[in-house]
Amino acid sequence: MLSIALIIALTLVCAAMLLSLWRLLVGPDHPDRILALDTLYVNTIALLVLVGIWLGSGLYFEAALLIAMMGFVGTAALCKYLLRGDIIE
Amino acid sequence: MQEIAISVLIVIGAAFTFIGSLGLARLGDFYSRLHGPTKATTLGVGALLTASVIHFSMEGEGISLHELLVTVFLFITAPVSAHLLAKTALHLRVRSIAPPPRVASSSRTGNERSA
Amino acid sequence: MLGRLLPHPLLTLALALVWLLLVNSFTSGQALLGLCLGWAIPLFTRRFWPDRVRIARPWWLVFFLVKVLWDILVANLTVALLILGGRRFARPAFVPVQLELRTELALSILANTVSLTPGTVSAWLSPDRRTLLVHGLRVTDPDALAREIKTRYERPLKDIFEPDIVEPDIFKPDTFEPPC
Repeated sequence: MLSIALIIALTLVCAAMLLSLWRLLVGPDHPDRILALDTLYVNTIALLVLVGIWLGSGLYFEAALLIAMMGFVGTAALCKYLLRGDIIE
Repeated sequence: MQEIAISVLIVIGAAFTFIGSLGLARLGDFYSRLHGPTKATTLGVGALLTASVIHFSMEGEGISLHELLVTVFLFITAPVSAHLLAKTALHLRVRSIAPPPRVASSSRTGNERSA
Repeated sequence: MLGRLLPHPLLTLALALVWLLLVNSFTSGQALLGLCLGWAIPLFTRRFWPDRVRIARPWWLVFFLVKVLWDILVANLTVALLILGGRRFARPAFVPVQLELRTELALSILANTVSLTPGTVSAWLSPDRRTLLVHGLRVTDPDALAREIKTRYERPLKDIFEPDIVEPDIFKPDTFEPPC
């Protein structure tokens, strides 16, 4: 039961990552690409959590937490750069 | 019993994650695309993390709540990123289906009141 | 005296809780270590925390959080249906909302709540902090949307965080209803 659910979920999340990747490549504007990158981060967190459940290992949680933090900082920095032309004021 | 609960949560979470990205790929303009990832994806990942909490609390020794940390973090940061992105898009005058507001003049409305 | 030694009691508790969740073991030793960290970190980062957070009605905050969580669930189903329905149903619009909130914390919570709930994203806050520009995915009546945001989210937040800042307003003070 759980393994079937995991396979379905992994397929859905991988499809989601492909869709985000498509938006990242197509654009058309900079904010679109940043949004696609942000979505990719969150999708990666989902993927890591699923892999963690599959392998029964709690280690992947640390990676998920780090990606959540770095993803947010990256998005904020990119937005700040586009808004002000500078990151640290 | 809990296996069914975990499986249902996992599938629902993954479905929401997928719908969020589908919105990102499918909708018409940037501001509409913003809605999918901020709401659906955040809730989807939240459901996945809840499933992970239940799973590891049942499997391992003792309860395991540290996935909640990622959930709370995502729920706090997702709207902040969305707000920053929307602000950037308004600043860059990204194409919009809805008539874009006059950003410079929309602050005039609240000024009658004393500060 | 107490204010100097323990400038932000709520932050201390929150940091201790985060520490416990990070190490993922709920023993008294870790709780003590977490409290020590929660005491030291606000002292060393004092400059970043100009005002002390004041919650006038903590229980209302709990009600508010439950209500918002429920709204997030409903909003997600709505947005999911809109996305699956495609462009035919989407009717995006920008809606300005006049704000009465003044404290920064209440404003940021309102903006975050708006972003997480029914088909709306907060897009822009005017420099004088009196207008929040909201983008809605499916807006049939902009005035109704602005009114709903004001009564459903802003009113309770004002009661919770700044009940004593009196501003002329048109809403009755007892419009907050606990979730049923």
